[in-house]
Amino acid sequence: MTVLRAQALGKKYGSHWALKDCDLDIPAGHVVGLVGPNGAGKTTLMNLAVGQLRPTAGDITVLGNKPGSGPAQLARVGYVAQDTPTYAGLSIADHLRLGARLNPGWDDALARNRLEQLGLGLDRKAGKLSGGQRAQLALTLGIAKRPELLVLDEPVAALDPLARREFLQGLMEAAAEQELSVLLSSHLVSDLERVCDYLIVLVDSRVRVAGEVEELLATHHRLTGPRRDRLPADQQVVSASHTERQSNFIIRTEGPIHDPAWTVTKLSLEDLVLAYMDESTGTRLRPLEVQR
Amino acid sequence: MIWLTWRQFRAAAAMTAAALAALAAVLALTGPGIADDYASGIASCTTQPNGCSRYIETFFHDHQAPFLAVTAIVLVLPALVGLFWGAPLITRELEAGTHRLVWNQSITRTRWLTVKLGLIALASMTAAGLGSLAVTWWSGPIDKAAAGNSPGFPRMGPLLFDARGIVPIGYAAFAFVLGVTIGILIRRTLPAMAITLAVFVAVQVAMPLLARPYLMAPVKSTIELPQTKIDMLGIQGRGGPLYLSLESQVTTDPGAWVLSSRLIDASGKTVGDTVPVSTESGPCAPRPPGERSETRAEQAQSPCLNELKRLGYRHELTYHPASRFWSFQWYETAIYTVLTLGLAGLCFWLVRRRLS
Repeated sequence: MTVLRAQALGKKYGSHWALKDCDLDIPAGHVVGLVGPNGAGKTTLMNLAVGQLRPTAGDITVLGNKPGSGPAQLARVGYVAQDTPTYAGLSIADHLRLGARLNPGWDDALARNRLEQLGLGLDRKAGKLSGGQRAQLALTLGIAKRPELLVLDEPVAALDPLARREFLQGLMEAAAEQELSVLLSSHLVSDLERVCDYLIVLVDSRVRVAGEVEELLATHHRLTGPRRDRLPADQQVVSASHTERQSNFIIRTEGPIHDPAWTVTKLSLEDLVLAYMDESTGTRLRPLEVQR
Repeated sequence: MIWLTWRQFRAAAAMTAAALAALAAVLALTGPGIADDYASGIASCTTQPNGCSRYIETFFHDHQAPFLAVTAIVLVLPALVGLFWGAPLITRELEAGTHRLVWNQSITRTRWLTVKLGLIALASMTAAGLGSLAVTWWSGPIDKAAAGNSPGFPRMGPLLFDARGIVPIGYAAFAFVLGVTIGILIRRTLPAMAITLAVFVAVQVAMPLLARPYLMAPVKSTIELPQTKIDMLGIQGRGGPLYLSLESQVTTDPGAWVLSSRLIDASGKTVGDTVPVSTESGPCAPRPPGERSETRAEQAQSPCLNELKRLGYRHELTYHPASRFWSFQWYETAIYTVLTLGLAGLCFWLVRRRLS
């Protein structure tokens, strides 16, 4: 079963394409990381997936249907929007009531247990919560709705490292218990590295690479050796840098590398993502997003 | 969704309900007394030789301040509804980002907006309707006195018409949806409130100026001068020209809304302030001082007015008679209902298509 399928998907704001020629086919049961610099189109893709936006070009189906096409489809997809919005004037209990009133599949026991474990009192106003607590409340609303796919847009961007870890941990537990598919965006690879088993790199409104993390790591290599300008046809160059006498390639290949001249090293996920971002910008590795 | 709408709205609703209840209490306590005073005053003055005009004038002046105050409340109420209920309704969600929370629950945006618009429009109309009902009831006797006063406040006139009967309900619904629409377009609460106020005031001013007079063909009638109400009749200096200024009021129908009022001569042409008639001698010449003090001003004028009548001068008025009050109320409410529905349709379109 496919969670999200996009074909030549595009979204234009005025004359600017926020997302262009996006082809994706994400199987169910994954925790999908969507990574890319700010302004790359992550939020646009997510808004298209939950039906907040309509595409300008191409098609997108989520869980087999047009996103946001009706109450039934809305019930199947949970969304924790950027900055985890909640109603500042309403208490946590009010938020639970909101969830219960507006979602037929609402799991009240799940929501209450989760908040109890987090130590959040039900009578507290959402406006008085810390950023981490508010994110947890928004996540609780998203999970207790019992969706098949949960979409989270930069949910940890505003959180400190400890709250970040707790949040992602909670998300992983819920995903495992409920057999949720999760689509999670971040501009930090380090956030996603721990939790994702599927990765999409989005740069400059385009998808650079998408695939299962294990497979991506198995097929990407760093080659270091004497200067060379051409590589075999089955080795796709992701990035290349040369000094006078030495060459440094990051390549993608399905086959083995036989050339003994190369020193072949494995890539970390972060190196891999940075290589794709680097390739797209055409400049030297820039410090894309320094961890806050 | 009804629960959520109520939960977000209840503080504002409670405040408005409390204010309206206070107003209603004050009106309920004072209303019967005013009505009794008026009834007994009219009963006793009709037996007097000079009639009731003096009593009505005094009665109106005694109650003028509260009369204008409650009228102002009914006039302002729809604007407040548009400003404080309409404009922030969606912009507050957009500013806080909470629309992205609520639009991803298992209900469509259309349903969300339907409940929000429907319930709060209903509350707006109820508030305006109750306010107008209470004020219309309370000021009934004062309205009657106000019509005959000069300068008068006829029931059909722009001020009282807007603040009585059922039109305030239409105004409130319109102001509310106008606020919501402008809020969606502007996306920021404070500027949206300011623009809502400006647009609503403009519409409220334009309506009696540009649209209401044409809802029906006005009545045109000419009144003989001795039967009409004279504002001023006088002569400047000895043998100077005769000044005649007429009240813009239909003597037989003081509640009517006068659109135009002019003095015409025998050929039907408009005559200015001065009437070309001899003031040296004849009925329009000033009386010797001794004679004047014995007669009342109105009686002193009548020979001159009769002379002007003989010369063919008449008072021509175009007006909407007071009997059209309810027809006009229904027409105008219908117009505002159509405007409201049009704006509501625009809101749905904007929320479905434009916002994200």
